Amino acid sequence: MTKWNEALADIAAGARRIAPLIVAVIPIGMVYGAVAATKGLSPLETVLMSALVFAGGSQFVALDIWTHPASWVSLGFAALLVNVRHVLMSASLGTKLQAFSGPQKVFSMLFLADEIWAMSEFRARETVLKPLWYLGLVLPFYSAWVLSGLAGSLLGAFIGDPALIGLDFAFPAVFIVLVTGFWKGSETGLVLLASATCALTVHHFVPGVWYIAAGALGGLVVAALIGGESEEVPA
Amino acid sequence: MTVELTTLAAIVAMAAATVLTRLSGLLLLRYVNFSPRSRRALDAIPPAVLMAVVAPTALATGPAESAACLVTALAAFRFPMLAAVALGVATVALLRFLGL
Repeated sequence: MTKWNEALADIAAGARRIAPLIVAVIPIGMVYGAVAATKGLSPLETVLMSALVFAGGSQFVALDIWTHPASWVSLGFAALLVNVRHVLMSASLGTKLQAFSGPQKVFSMLFLADEIWAMSEFRARETVLKPLWYLGLVLPFYSAWVLSGLAGSLLGAFIGDPALIGLDFAFPAVFIVLVTGFWKGSETGLVLLASATCALTVHHFVPGVWYIAAGALGGLVVAALIGGESEEVPA
Repeated sequence: MTVELTTLAAIVAMAAATVLTRLSGLLLLRYVNFSPRSRRALDAIPPAVLMAVVAPTALATGPAESAACLVTALAAFRFPMLAAVALGVATVALLRFLGL
């Protein structure tokens, strides 16, 4: 009985953490559904994409380059490019899943959307990540993303522009708050500077989403270079 | 409620590509030897990825977005996450309303 209560408490704690992001993702999901409807996707197809891909950025990019009939080669390749950052994200989070069994690790990674990853990384700085806490993030966020896409697809043209009330800014805002939480001193400053510089340069000259991978690699290389081989990290 | 075969194929291809990226990081860890250097590089991934995602919004979209990013970052040192995010969203909405 107490074990059951403890499990529920873990799930609820995860759900509370992700709640603000759910508020922000619902209008985005509805816009995704509405755009999908204008591209000729049926409500079922719209929901299938959200449920199987579960990666907002790549879903919007897919709609942007959608053709009739759909080209699985170009859409699959575009999803690969947009989501290549997940390789780094899962490598990083993978070192923090000591409390997960092997199958739990694999299953968890299938739901590694940006928001879930960011919240988990942040949590891992405070305490050990628990599988049920992670489930508390995934369940409501996944449901909100899939159902808001369905609502958008059915409501279609009635959906307004979330940019009008600034809701499109909720995600960059959350990411900025999280960046400040990862601050550990001047070394972090150099990593951020390298990441921002690489990302902006590539964003300016190369179309598409290569800038995310470029910025991430820039920060990673700088982190590896500074401090040499020493164990102690200079502050 | 219909599903076209070509659409289904495209969705499955997208899903496969995404799953590949999400699982290959885990696989990669098996081949990382945890020297201090690679440990530092791994630790830098969260801030580096987040910074790369927000950099164009923060610095190359417009004055409203840049100002709102600054407000959010400053607020983050003082207030809980939800308050800082709300301040950022309110700032961007106000500045856009003012035509910035």
